[in-house]
Amino acid sequence: MISARRKLPARQHISNLCRVNGPLSVATIVVALVLAVWYFARTALDRAPSRTDLLATVGLGVLVTVLVVVAVAGLFDGSRPADTTTFVGYLITTAGFAPAALILARMEPTRWGNLILGIGAVVLPVLVLRLQQIASVPVA
Amino acid sequence: MPEENTARTTPARPHDAALGSGIGRVLLLVYGIFALSASARALVQISTHFAEAPLAYLLSAVAGLVYIAATAGLAWGGPWGRLIALVSCSVELAGVLIVGTLSIVDAVAFPDDTVWSHFGSGYGYVPLVLPFVGLWWIWRHRP
Repeated sequence: MISARRKLPARQHISNLCRVNGPLSVATIVVALVLAVWYFARTALDRAPSRTDLLATVGLGVLVTVLVVVAVAGLFDGSRPADTTTFVGYLITTAGFAPAALILARMEPTRWGNLILGIGAVVLPVLVLRLQQIASVPVA
Repeated sequence: MPEENTARTTPARPHDAALGSGIGRVLLLVYGIFALSASARALVQISTHFAEAPLAYLLSAVAGLVYIAATAGLAWGGPWGRLIALVSCSVELAGVLIVGTLSIVDAVAFPDDTVWSHFGSGYGYVPLVLPFVGLWWIWRHRP
C-alpha cells in the first residue's frame, strides 16, 4: 500500500501493464459486487448457502483464476511492476481467496455461510484494485 | 419467522457449538485475511526498507502476530483456544486504540503506516470494529 505511493513516478503511466487493467478486471469486480449484495440479502433472510450460492462463488473463482493466469502470463512479456514481489503475493492471495471462502462456507451450513461468501465477494474487488494499483507503477 | 419457513431457515445454535463455528467462522475468515495482510505487509516492509520507519514496521509485525494468534485461537477452540483468542483480541483492541491515537497525535513517530494507524482507516476501519466483534463473540461464548 505504502510502497506504491512512495515509488509513484512523475509521469505515471496507467497502461495495460500485466494486463490487470482490462475489461476482465472490470467484469470480475462487477460480478463480485453483485454477488456480494445477493449473499448479504441471503444472510439477512436467514438462508444457508444453497447449491446455487456455492456454484456462484465457484463461477466467480473461475473468473478470478482466468484474471490471475492472464496476469501471470503478462509478467513474462517484458513489462513488470516495480514491486513484483508484492504483486506476486497479491496474485497468490487473489487466486486462493474464492476457494478459501468456499471451503469455509461449506463447513457452515447456516446463514453465516452466506455471510462468509458475501465477505469473500466484497474482498475480491479490493484485491483486484490493489493488483491494478501495484501494476500501474512500472520499473523506474 | 412463520412456521412454513422453518424448514428452509437455519436451526438454533446449540449451546455446546464450537467457538469457530457460526459467526465464529465468519470471524475466522476476517481474522485470517488480516493475519495474512498484516504479516505479509510487515515481511515486505522489514525485508526491503526497515531503516525508514523501524517502529511502524515492528508494530506491523506485532499486529500480524496478534492476528495470527486470534485466528489460531478461534480455530482451535476449547478453553485454551478461547483464552488465546481472548488475550489476542484484547491486545488487538489496545493496539488499535493506542497506535491509532499516537499516529494522529505524534505523526512524526509514524512516517509510514501500519494496519492500526489512524484507527485502521486504510482498511475501512475494520481493524477498529473487529476486536469489539471478536470480544463480544468470545464473551457470548463463555462456558
